[in-house]
Amino acid sequence: MLDNRSRTGHLPGTMTRRRAIGTLAAVGSLPLAARFAQAQSSEPIRIGFQVHRTGIGAAYGRWYDRTTEAAARRINDAGGINGRPVEIIAEDDGTDPKRGAEVVEKFATQHNCDIAFGTLFSHVVIGSAPRAGELKIPYFVVSEGHHVASGILNRYTLQPGITDVKSQVEAMGPYVAENLGKKVTMIFPDFAFGHDHRDYFSASIERQGGTVVEKIAIPPTETAFTKYFPRIPQDTEVVYHVMVGPAVLTFVKELGEFFGPSSPEIFGFIDSLEAVDITSPGLEFLEGSYFWEGYPRYAQADQTEYDKAYRAAVGVDDNGAALSDSKDVSTYAHMFGCWETLNIVKAGMEASGYAGPDDRAALIEAVEAMTDLPHSLDHPQGAKVFNGRTHQVFGHQYISRVNEGRLDVVHTTSIEDTLYEDETDYTAQAF
Amino acid sequence: MDFGPHLILATLEGAITAAVISLTAVGLSIVFGIMRIVNVAHGEFFMLGAIIAWWVATAVGGHPAVGFVVAILVAPATVGVIAAATDWLVLRRITYDPERTIVATIGLLYIIQQATLMTFGPDARPVEPPFNRRLAIPWVEFGDGGLSLVWPWGLGTTSYKLAVIVAAVVILTALWLVMKRTRLGLIMRATQLDSEMAMAFGIPVTRVYAVVFGLGAGLAALGAVLIVPVQQAHYLMGGDPLLLSFIAVIIGGLGSLPGTLVAAVLIGLSDGIISVFFSPTLAKILATLLVAFVLVFRPEGLFGRRKT
Repeated sequence: MLDNRSRTGHLPGTMTRRRAIGTLAAVGSLPLAARFAQAQSSEPIRIGFQVHRTGIGAAYGRWYDRTTEAAARRINDAGGINGRPVEIIAEDDGTDPKRGAEVVEKFATQHNCDIAFGTLFSHVVIGSAPRAGELKIPYFVVSEGHHVASGILNRYTLQPGITDVKSQVEAMGPYVAENLGKKVTMIFPDFAFGHDHRDYFSASIERQGGTVVEKIAIPPTETAFTKYFPRIPQDTEVVYHVMVGPAVLTFVKELGEFFGPSSPEIFGFIDSLEAVDITSPGLEFLEGSYFWEGYPRYAQADQTEYDKAYRAAVGVDDNGAALSDSKDVSTYAHMFGCWETLNIVKAGMEASGYAGPDDRAALIEAVEAMTDLPHSLDHPQGAKVFNGRTHQVFGHQYISRVNEGRLDVVHTTSIEDTLYEDETDYTAQAF
Repeated sequence: MDFGPHLILATLEGAITAAVISLTAVGLSIVFGIMRIVNVAHGEFFMLGAIIAWWVATAVGGHPAVGFVVAILVAPATVGVIAAATDWLVLRRITYDPERTIVATIGLLYIIQQATLMTFGPDARPVEPPFNRRLAIPWVEFGDGGLSLVWPWGLGTTSYKLAVIVAAVVILTALWLVMKRTRLGLIMRATQLDSEMAMAFGIPVTRVYAVVFGLGAGLAALGAVLIVPVQQAHYLMGGDPLLLSFIAVIIGGLGSLPGTLVAAVLIGLSDGIISVFFSPTLAKILATLLVAFVLVFRPEGLFGRRKT
């Protein structure tokens, strides 16, 4: 090594051109190093980001990616976590459960990530969570499914940034029964997420004295939908739709073509139109129909400062589209979950004094100890309550009506409307 | 929904599927019949047709009809040229050896799919139909006052969907005329019957192969351009058409155009009707089962000629 150095003129005191550049670079990067200097180690905290870059979840993935990058930027600009910068390591899971589990394994064993984080589609989460439990790596999901709170996963899987389907639909039942009608036909995707809708909304509407007259399950990879619609009974008062996948625009368009001018009331989950411009040709029939929104896509009249700052940070305009391209509509009702989850991770790591993978259990305990999460720029969607036993967060839900081609909020539920009894206690499981 | 209107709706939906499968399957069948090769990348040429249609329609702008008309001319032609180039670049180099061709076209499938993913991206993108009016369909009902016309809820289609069916019929008729009445058709049929003899008579067989491969891919692309205003352009959309075309080609008899056509209509209609009345999964199960039965009891296909 020494010989090598002397041959290339790198002995101390000899200044070569390469050394000069190296020195300059070191000086140039000083402010960054200084910013995180108070930490014992300024090694970055590595967050493995499992993202739907390809496959049927790609539109969500694109926006989860942008939101995550924006949240990490904000955390780093404010000094990182425990004085250490945050590094996002993204891997495509192909919206595929098998690949999802492999990605979690890569995070734990190859990338040396501190935690895994990110993905949306319920089948990917259900496929990946057992591997996260085996590898003992905290897995923060932004998925909406009821699978976390139902108790089928494990202590390493948490969902602190987005509410689950069960709480969402339990809060929708009363509004639908009171304002739209009591005979409901449900159209939902035929996998775990859709089944949560089917089971918990049916229960919720029945408690209101309503009935679900027909349940129509559609495979999430389907591309033509008209053939399913004749199963909608004539006496249906409300069509409840929730659809995912690349063909959602076709789904909603064909729904309109099927009904023509004489449609029943339509209540949809915005999932059916995430990343789709609501003013697309063929969607005119949606005027006057209702949507659940996790977070209102269009800036409302009473927009908060937090929403304004959050939109600016992730690069979204007042119509929920990218600032750079008004045709690139965001998945606004879901992606806030990435932003809020990363802020929970930061708070949890700070509370537990997280220093490295040995402190993973302490991090989980710190998050489990959280309860009230006040409305703030850390939680721009609204105040939330975290349940440490079920690893699930609860929050406000929004119902919007399509009015002149935009979604206006007509009802906001309380957090109490969304609560249900615990079905599990993860804190009883050993690490 | 009552049985009658329900059946009409199911048949209409089935007819649209049938129209698109017919074009795609006939493309696959021509390639198999004349070149004796199995093109596994056929579904990706279909997908490419839809993607190029989106690109062209977006680039042209203006009234949707203008973009669509340009797309329906440009997309199949472009796909045809790409396929012909592939024939020249790959298939000819491996002398159309059946096994190696299958492997090569599987490779092609991934190359086209991933190239689309890298350029077009993972999103589904819509192409606006040139015209689209909802047409309510009346139904006859026997009531108190005798026969009367009613307009059942949900019984309707769109003008564009009907146009897809008509367009498929027109294109397939034109193809039949080309095969039967033109010199090009004669050359293709001669090559199909006996390629060595055709060569001996001075037919440039390698060039015919390139044209046929391009034509087959172009037909798939044409089917895709027709369906893309109803569905959307997406990089994974080639899977289903490939499967259904294979089923149609096998049931119809490998290389038999009328057989393929009959099978495509049968598969399309039964898919529509069974999906509506039972479930889409059952429709796929039955179609695959039918293939199994055909392979067991009539391996040459319904219209294929038994080898003597």
